[in-house]
Parts: sequence; C-alpha cells; structure tokens
Amino acid sequence: MIKDITIGQYIPGDTIIHNLDPRIKIIITFVFITLLFFVGNYFSYLYIIAFMGLAIVLSKISPKFIIRGLKPLIVIIALTVILNVFMTQGEVIYRIWRLSITREGLYQAGFMGLRLIFLITGASLLTLTTSPIALTDGIEKLLSPLKRIGVPAHELAMMMTIALRFIPTLLEETDKIMKAQMARGADFETGNLINRARAMVPLLVPLFISAFRRADELALAMEARCYRGGEKRTRMKQLKLEFRDYGGMLITAAVCFLVIWSR
Amino acid sequence: MPVKVENLTHVYMKDSVFEHVAIDNISFEIQDGEFIGIIGHTGSGKSTLIQHLNGLLKPSSGKVFIDGEELGSKEVQMKKIRQKVGLVFQYPEQQLFEETVYKDVAFGPRNLGLSEDEVEERVRKAIELVGLDFNSISSVSPFELSGGQKRRVAIAGVLAMEPKVLILDEPAAGLDPRGRDEILRGFKTLHETQKITVLLVSHSMEDIANLVDKVLVMNRGKIAFFDTPRNVFKEADALEKIGLGVPQVTYLVRELRKKGFSVADCINIDEAKNELLKLFKR
Repeated sequence: MIKDITIGQYIPGDTIIHNLDPRIKIIITFVFITLLFFVGNYFSYLYIIAFMGLAIVLSKISPKFIIRGLKPLIVIIALTVILNVFMTQGEVIYRIWRLSITREGLYQAGFMGLRLIFLITGASLLTLTTSPIALTDGIEKLLSPLKRIGVPAHELAMMMTIALRFIPTLLEETDKIMKAQMARGADFETGNLINRARAMVPLLVPLFISAFRRADELALAMEARCYRGGEKRTRMKQLKLEFRDYGGMLITAAVCFLVIWSR
Repeated sequence: MPVKVENLTHVYMKDSVFEHVAIDNISFEIQDGEFIGIIGHTGSGKSTLIQHLNGLLKPSSGKVFIDGEELGSKEVQMKKIRQKVGLVFQYPEQQLFEETVYKDVAFGPRNLGLSEDEVEERVRKAIELVGLDFNSISSVSPFELSGGQKRRVAIAGVLAMEPKVLILDEPAAGLDPRGRDEILRGFKTLHETQKITVLLVSHSMEDIANLVDKVLVMNRGKIAFFDTPRNVFKEADALEKIGLGVPQVTYLVRELRKKGFSVADCINIDEAKNELLKLFKR
C-alpha cells in the first residue's frame, strides 16, 4: 500500500526520455505545468494528452505505474471536482436538496480534474525518468546564473536531491516499523479518527528518531569525504545539449503554440 | 504450535520492472517445540518467508497454516495469530517509542486488551527473561540505554505477548560477543523452559550449530536443505556454492582429515575437542 506512492521514485531505463538533458527536461516540465493553466477549452486538452502520451510511450514506463502514482492524491482530485461541481454558479440542470449542479459546474469540474491529473503525471514523469543525481545537476546548472545575486544554487540543489533520495528510504522504513508494531498487536486500520491518530504515535516516534539519525550520519559521511559545498567543484559528466534535446524543445514549443492558439 | 507452509510463492512488485520472485513454491513443516535455524545468502528470501508466518505479508500463492488454521481465511483473526507468533525484526531497537521501558514493553500486552495486573506481570516476566533488572530499568527512558540493552528491551516487547512461536531475525547482529552469547543463551533457555517453537535467522554457522535442532537453508527463494545441522554441514561444498559455509571447527577437522588424521566430522568446539583428545591419546 505504502509502496504505491511513485512521486520521487526513479525507474532506470535507456530511452530517449531518460537520456534527455536534465536541464531541458526540467524546463519542459515547468513549461508543461505552466501551459496547463493556459488551456482554454477541452479541445486544447487533446494536444496535452497527445504530448503526455508521446512522452509516456517514449519513456517505456508502464502506464499502470503512472496511474498508481495518482492513487494517493485521489482525495485532493475528488475534492476539487466535487467542490467545482456544486459551487459554480450558472444554468441549473439538476437539484439535490439545497445543492444544485450546473452545466458550468460540470464543465469546470472536469476541467480542473484533468488539470490536476496532468500536473501530477507531468511532475512524476520527470522524477520517474531522471536519476536524482541528474536532477540535481540540472537544477544546479539552471540556478547557477542566480549565484551572482546570492542564491546558494549548489546547496539548494543538494538539499533537494537528498530530500528526493530519502523518500523511498523513509517509505521503506515506515513499512518496516509499521510491521514491527503490527507484530506487537498494533492496529493502524480500524477505529475512529482519534484512535487512529493515536495509533500513529508508535510509528511516528521511531520514524523521526531514525530520520534524525540518518541525517546525522549522512552529514558525517559527507564531511568525511571532504564535502564543502559547490565551491570549485568539477564534474565528471559535463552536460551537453544533443540533437534529441533540441527535438524535445521544438515539440514542446509546438504544443505551446497549438494550445495557446486554440484558446 | 505446528507451522506448515504449502507451495508458498511470493512475488514483490508484480507487473513492474522491479518484479522479483522472493519465494518460489516452497513447502515445509515445523513440529511443536522445535528450534529451527534459517540460513541463506542475503536476498535468498529469509526475511520474506518469516513475514508470512504471522501474516504480515500475504502469499502470492500457496498457504500458511499455524496450528492447523490457514492464515488469510476469513475465520482467522490476524490479531490472534500475531499474538501466537511473535516476530522480532532485525535491529528491533529501532521500534522503541515510549517514554519508559515499562510502557514500551507493555505496548503489546495492552493491545491484547489484558487487565493492568496481567500486563504488569507479563512485563516483569519479559524484562527478566531478557536478563534485565525490572526494578531498576522499568522507569528509565529506552532511549537512554546502551545498544545492547535497547535490543533486549525491544525483544522483551515481543516476549511480553507470550507467543507460542518465536521468530527471530538476526537477533544478535551488531552486538558484542558477550551480549550476543547472553542473548542467544536466553533464547535457548526460553525454548527449553517454556517449550515454545523458535525460528532463528542467523548468519553465524557457529550459532546455528550450537543452538538448533534443524536447519532450513534458503537459496534464491527455494529450500536447498532442511535437516539437522550435522547433516547439513556435511555438505560444505554445496553450502559454499550458495554463498554460505560451515562452522570454523568443521573446516578445521576436514583439513585434518585431508592431512591423514582419522577424525570424525564435528560441528562445534566441544565435539572437536573430544576428537582431538582422542587423537592424542592414541
């Protein structure tokens, strides 16, 4: 159950999507997410679907895996859809008690739901196809112009990678501690809200302790290897734009144009 | 409490790139009151196997019976099974969470819904079973203890459930030699006095040779051997092929025999001592 969360997980592969330059992939993802807010009508979503579909097919990641990543966020999506269905003013087509469903509400709800779904899949496709190391490299390079105005680009990138890197580890740990407490008769699944919240204590305390211990150990291990930030660090793999990166940018630009043009 | 496993298979992350068959169609049976050792190379499926025995993992296919009851069938309450089958994970001290040792050990019995008197009795008994002093330790925070003491407290937390089958996943890993001896001897005593079934996962062939009645050898999700330590350790070459070995003294005696001395196979120091003394007397 806990392993269903796919955000932050990386699936190794050797496809054109995996091999895109991380800087380009990050830019494309941000452009894509921004673009979602420019989508003006359902017709425009066809371009988005085609774009996303192409990316998923090329990445050879099973769509099942991507759909599974949506599951934990289903509540947020459902809430957005429901609120939109009932709260939008307009031409009433159905009435239940004091709530009314409007044509505009349905339109708006579907719209918002799709936007959220693509937002999540877009972001998770980035992390699914980019190794944490490549991701930091990309972030760091993209932020490096801001170093001049005092933005600690390297440190920020390092913090992000560490956070991403530890998501699966912490999930695994949660799973392990949960099992250990279940073996002592703990019950995480039944009872009312208050009981369930209290049942989390035997899980959260050990989890926090181990997270702090891990942070401590990691800091020590990094220092032992003379890590001292981004100053004068060189890289083994230099990022260089290839033909496929220009192709990716071109396709993204085309989709942007089509979506904005069809508004 | 007999444990029976029938055609058990477990596949992790089915239908994904990470699909991995951890346990591949295994069957075995453990009798009441036996002391079983489980050995196997890292990733051979030991941890996956033991988690099936108290229903923390569900089989991909196959069946697990505890005391004749099939796990996962509707009539069987998981909570009852988990009380009967106690599982001590690797590094169990990582699950400590309460303010005092007493409260932490009492977590299990309280989950069973026992009265406060019964809880106290069980906590006292469990703390003493792991060789700690109840009066001096019960009100201390578990986080102030040393690594070895933490381990004992965590094990007491499982013993307080008074399981009929006790599964231990490398209970002595990372302890100093003395702590390791004390803890393992504790389990042996527990097994002898309380007549419980014990399953011990270990990487130490010496511990296995000294403690257990039968050894279950896992290799790539299958059972390679399931026999007495004496019979299993005769297969030194086969064991080495799957990344395991035999006790150091067994190697020693084998080498001696290769050099022409007439000594019988030994699996522990005492046997080897007797064999060597016999040799000198001759």
